[in-house]
Amino acid sequence: MQRNPQLNEKGELQHLLSIEGLPRAIVLQILDTAESFVGVTEREVKKVPILRGKSVFNLFFEPSTRTRTTFEIAAKRLSADVINLNINASSQTKGESLLDTVANLSAMQADIFVVRHESSGAPFLIARHVKPHEHVINAGDGRHAHPTQGLLDLYTIRHYKKDFAALTVAIVGDILHSRVARSLIHGLTTLGVPEVRVIGPQTLLPTGVEALGVRVFHDMREGLKDCDVVVMLRLQNERMRGALLPSAQEYFKHYGLNADKLGLARRDAIVMHPGPMNRGVEIDSTVADGPHSVILPQVTFGIAVRMAVMSIVAGN
Amino acid sequence: MRLHIKNARIVDPASGKEGSGELFVADGRIAAEGGKADRVIDAKGLVLAPGFIDLSARLREPGHEYKATLESELDAAVAGGVTSLACPPDTDPALDEPGLVDMLRRRAKALSRARVFPVGALTVKLEGERLTEMGQLSDAGCVAFSQANAPLADAQVLWRALQYAATFGYAVWLRAEDADLAKGGVAHDGEVATRLGLPGIPAFAETIALGTILELVRATRARVHVCRLSTAGAVDLVRRAKQEGLPVTCDVGLHHVHLCDMDLGYFQSQCRLEPPLRSQRDRDALARALAEGVIDCACSDHTPVDEDGKHLPFALAEPGATGLELLLPLTLKWGLAQRLGLAATLARITSEPARILGIDAGRLVVGAPADLVLFDPRASVRITPAALKSQGKNTPFLGAELDGGVRLTLVEGNVVYEA
Repeated sequence: MQRNPQLNEKGELQHLLSIEGLPRAIVLQILDTAESFVGVTEREVKKVPILRGKSVFNLFFEPSTRTRTTFEIAAKRLSADVINLNINASSQTKGESLLDTVANLSAMQADIFVVRHESSGAPFLIARHVKPHEHVINAGDGRHAHPTQGLLDLYTIRHYKKDFAALTVAIVGDILHSRVARSLIHGLTTLGVPEVRVIGPQTLLPTGVEALGVRVFHDMREGLKDCDVVVMLRLQNERMRGALLPSAQEYFKHYGLNADKLGLARRDAIVMHPGPMNRGVEIDSTVADGPHSVILPQVTFGIAVRMAVMSIVAGN
Repeated sequence: MRLHIKNARIVDPASGKEGSGELFVADGRIAAEGGKADRVIDAKGLVLAPGFIDLSARLREPGHEYKATLESELDAAVAGGVTSLACPPDTDPALDEPGLVDMLRRRAKALSRARVFPVGALTVKLEGERLTEMGQLSDAGCVAFSQANAPLADAQVLWRALQYAATFGYAVWLRAEDADLAKGGVAHDGEVATRLGLPGIPAFAETIALGTILELVRATRARVHVCRLSTAGAVDLVRRAKQEGLPVTCDVGLHHVHLCDMDLGYFQSQCRLEPPLRSQRDRDALARALAEGVIDCACSDHTPVDEDGKHLPFALAEPGATGLELLLPLTLKWGLAQRLGLAATLARITSEPARILGIDAGRLVVGAPADLVLFDPRASVRITPAALKSQGKNTPFLGAELDGGVRLTLVEGNVVYEA
């Protein structure tokens, strides 16, 4: 087996490509570092000079405003120079140009590449071809991974729940297409969460998902019983009607989170969502805006977590 | 040219005979007696066997010359000890016209290296709609008809194609893959694809398609060769079909008896193959079935892909790997793991594919064409881009050390490769 491509020879974080295979100590290091940055983001002067003089290239081969913006804010709060590149994926079908793009930017003295790509594994390919002092951070690749989202989810859970070893976490919805779900599952199992559940219809669960260390539920009421954390996933518009699901209405009936179903979880359960939400499809507004919801704090923590990841890789 | 090869370990897979001795070549054929030889070859420590026969080697001509040319790939063939090969019709244009087949054969003949046996397109442009002129293509030299990896979604067209082929006794070579079930997939639908977030091709995409093919063989009695099995389920179906006496044969690509989806590692695009690498259980079932004879023979599924085609995220990378020069080492490695003798091992790339092609090759008898190979079974070969003669430098085995070095290749008694 090849060496874990995310780690350098000393076992430190060189790139952040996936939570899978990350040692527990590195995951905790990221969460602890993020905690120290939460203070920064609440100060009046929200800047630290950690990445002063460094260049962060946001390389987005798939459109995204939200994630790109949070990376941009995180980099700027670390005093880095940020360059945003939105590259139309359809004009990028030849891979030579993918690597050419990276080589060209590398020639402009990049330090960190933040990469989003519609094809699973693309950041691994880029990481194999960058110079030794350059770092790649995966901002979402196909269905594979979205490690900073997974980490900010872990951060949020730790903030509200403290002890991972006593938790039951349910992830609900389109697991099949979700890089968020995969990253979170790896993170939760790495930190020793004893019960991770996935809830969804067979059509939205990937083959052999149990091998990731999760329990599968098709009945949402059963799956939510006594949960401490409920993570709702976004259902893409194009998947609401067709061979995967008959309609958004029927999906909401079975797998939408409303106050009634949430009542089956623990009284102090938190509700999370990676955003953007489809209100009335996967989540009811009363829940999304209700007392259990920590959806907006997730966004705030996301900036601190991304600051932590960038400062750690740049320091290694 | 008269040759006298002495001190060789002579292995004849067709008869299963093995022994040390000498062999004479005269007028392009294996001869009983030497007379005065033009060249005496001392083959001490080397194995003398029939030249290898590969049922699937893409030469990329016409149409994909930037990936490979007839010259480069036929060089690779003889360097790998391959003296006869069948090339699938997925060229550009596809091999659906006698003129194209004729030109390909002439070009190959002019290069006088390995013998090339074109497999004609089963349908026009491989579009799966209209039958090709199989009679004329057969006259032009096509040994069989196939869709290569192109889908034939319409079962009625497949049925008619098999009826037509059966009428005239043409062989039809088919991949078993349901196009709808495989749509969008790039890896075996299982735990690895789930973990890597790669769209999957379920194993039943193969068994369902194979079930259809076998039913149609039962109805039409067409001679069908199933190409590149990849699942344990397909092995079971073929085993039962053979027990029943259906006129079916099949092969497996050597990658699939050695590798599985775990080898995808961190998105290794070298492992992007068609069919996809499947589970360990499938791999082991294929390796065993090849030893038991349920799978008749092994092939390289040689598919040269250029660098740009592989320097891509896994799903976007072009499927395929170079294979002609790995045919011998990978076959030896398989035979060793299955504890087979050398004759039984080599049968899978000599006498068995010869039987399927229906050609006079793959055996060491007086009067047979002198298509021969001398190789050192213990020579360690390091697989590197520079060492490969093929223009396709991509293989999952890059960097590997494998046993089996070809020293000399003869086609029709002429030395076409010498290390």
